[in-house]
Amino acid sequence: MMRRLLSVWHARNLEFLRDRGTLLFTVLLPLSLIVGMGFIFGGPPRPLFKVGVLGGAAAAHADTFLRTRYVQFLSVASAADGLREVRRQRIDLLFAPGRPPRYWVNTDSPKGYIAEKLLLAADPHARRLPVSGKAVPYLDWLFPGILAMNLMFSCLFGVGYVVLRYRQSGFLKRLHATPLSPFEFLSAQVLSRLSIIVLITTVLYVAVGAMIHFHSAGSIALLLLITVLGALSMIALGLTIAARFASEELVNGLLNLLTWPMMLLSGVWFSLAGAPRWVQWVADALPLTQLLHAAREVMLYGAGIGAIAPNLIYLAAVTLVFLAFGAWSFKWRI
Amino acid sequence: MSAPILEVRDLLKQYPGVTAVNGISFSVPPGICFGLLGPNGAGKTTTIEIMEGILAPTGGEVRYRGEPLGARFREEAGILFQATALQNFLTVRQSLAMFRGLYQRGRDIDELLKLCSLEALAGRDNRKLSGGQLQRLLLAIALVNDPQVLFLDEPTTGLDPQARRNFWSLIRSIKAQRKTIILTTHYMEEAEILCDEIAIVDRGRIIAQGAPGALLRQHFAEVLLELPRADFPSAARSLPLQLIDTEERIEITTDDLDATLRTLIAADVPLRNLRIRPANLEDLFLELTGRELRA
Repeated sequence: MMRRLLSVWHARNLEFLRDRGTLLFTVLLPLSLIVGMGFIFGGPPRPLFKVGVLGGAAAAHADTFLRTRYVQFLSVASAADGLREVRRQRIDLLFAPGRPPRYWVNTDSPKGYIAEKLLLAADPHARRLPVSGKAVPYLDWLFPGILAMNLMFSCLFGVGYVVLRYRQSGFLKRLHATPLSPFEFLSAQVLSRLSIIVLITTVLYVAVGAMIHFHSAGSIALLLLITVLGALSMIALGLTIAARFASEELVNGLLNLLTWPMMLLSGVWFSLAGAPRWVQWVADALPLTQLLHAAREVMLYGAGIGAIAPNLIYLAAVTLVFLAFGAWSFKWRI
Repeated sequence: MSAPILEVRDLLKQYPGVTAVNGISFSVPPGICFGLLGPNGAGKTTTIEIMEGILAPTGGEVRYRGEPLGARFREEAGILFQATALQNFLTVRQSLAMFRGLYQRGRDIDELLKLCSLEALAGRDNRKLSGGQLQRLLLAIALVNDPQVLFLDEPTTGLDPQARRNFWSLIRSIKAQRKTIILTTHYMEEAEILCDEIAIVDRGRIIAQGAPGALLRQHFAEVLLELPRADFPSAARSLPLQLIDTEERIEITTDDLDATLRTLIAADVPLRNLRIRPANLEDLFLELTGRELRA
C-alpha cells in the first residue's frame, strides 16, 4: 500500500512543481500580499485622530497643536470640503490656523470630542464652531463595497474563465467557422454578463437592503447607471485577459493579480484616507475604486450626477480602451 | 462537366521549421463526396481547415464558386470538426437553436432532429450524450444552415462499429440530397463506401487522386493472397512470389492466381487459412505511403 501511495504522491508532486504558473502564483500571491500590506499599513503606530487643516500644508504652520503626536493632519483645499468631511465624521476636526485659530467640531462625534480636548489643551484660545452630522454606520458604508466586489468577481471571472473554456474546448474554433464576427461574439458576452449582473445586483440590493434597513440617499436611476458602467468596465477588463490567452494557470494568475489589489485598495473594507499618497494614486486608477466612490456618494450622501461625473467618465473611458484592446487581440483558437 | 464548387490552388502552409502543406491543388465538382486521405501528420487536417476558412494559408488560395472565401461561403458551408465541445447546460434542441440563429437561412430544428435521429434526445443535456449521439448532434449542427458544402474531418473516429455504420447511412442520405461533402478519414472502408473521388496526401503533397475504383485498377492489376505467418514455412520464402511480410501474416500479390496456388501446393504450404481478396483502398494507402510507423 505504501509503495502505491508514494508512487501517486511523487507523481502528483512532479505535476504540481512542473506547473510553473500555478507554482509561481502559489508562492508569489501571499508574498506580494504581505509585502504590499506591509507597505500600505506598516510603519510607525497609526494616528488615533484625523484633523483637517485649512490653508495649505499643515507643516507650514507653527501652531503647537499641529505638533501633537498620534494625530494625522491632512491638508484640506476648501472650508466646504473640510466641513463636509467633519459632518460625515470622516475627519474628527477641521482646524484653521490664525490669530485666534478656529476649529469646526462635530458635536455628534465621540472622536471629535476627544480631538477638541487635545486642541484646547494646546491652544486654549481657539474659537469653536460647532457643526452636526451623523456618521455612516459601518454596515451601511460596507454595503456598496460588498455589492461592488461581487460585481467585480462575477464580471472578471464570469467572462474571463468562460471565454478561456470556450477556447480550450474548441467551441470558439467552431464558432469561427460560422458567420459570427469577433465583435458580435464579444458583444454577446458583454451583454449577457451585463444583464445577469445587473439583475443579481438589483436582487442583492433589494434583499440585503431590506435586511439591514438600508435606503439609498440618492437616485436609484443613477445607481443603475453606475452599476451598468462599473460592470461594463469589469467585463471589458476580463475580456482583455481572456481575449488571447489559452493557459488556465496564466489567466487564473492574471485575474487574481487584478482582483486582489482591487479588493484591498479600492476601499471595500476600509478607507484608504491614511495610506501613503502613491497607494491612493494606484487605488484611484482601479475601476473598482471609481465605481465604489460613485456608488457610496450616491447611496450614502445623495450625490447627483454632477458630483460623480468624473468617476462615470473614467469608467466609460477604461471600458472603451479595454474593449478595443480585447477586440484587437482576440483569438478564436489556441 | 459542371464548374467546380471548390478550387484549391497551390496551397502552402508553413510553420517554423515545418511545411505542413506543400503546393496542394485540386478542384471539387458539386454534389460529390471528396475524400482527403493520408497518414497522421500528412497535412490533411491543415488542408481542410484552410478550405474551411479558419486557417490562413502561407500561400495559394481556396475559391468557393469561383470567388475567394467570404461571407457567402460562411453562410453556405457546414463543418464538423474532429473534436468540438458545446456549451454546458444546454439541451440538444437549444444547441441547435443557438447555431441556427447564426445563419440567415437554414433548416427547421425538428427536421434536423429527425434527419439525425435525435428526436428522442431533444431535451437531453449535451454532456449526457454518448459518443455516437454527440457526433450526430455535431452533424446536425453542421447541417443547421442547409449547407451547400459539408466538411467532415474524421467524423467517425472513436465511434463503435454500430455507431459508425449508422453515421455512414446518415452521410449517404445527405449525399442523396446532392450536397458536396469534403471528408477526411483514417478509415479506408469509410472512404471506399462514401467517396466518389479521393486524394491521398502525404508529407504535404497529393500523391494520388481519382475515383477509388480507378485508382485501384491503376495501381493493382493483381489479387492478394493472405496466409497466417505461422502457416508459412520458412523454406517457402525462397519461392518466386511477390511476398510482403507483415507481423501477423504473409501477403502475396499476383496477377496469375492459378499459377501461384500451384506453386504454394507444390511447396506444401498449408492453405486451410488462405484468404484471397481483391486489393482495397487500405492496400493502396499502404502501398503509396509505406508501412513504417512514422515518428
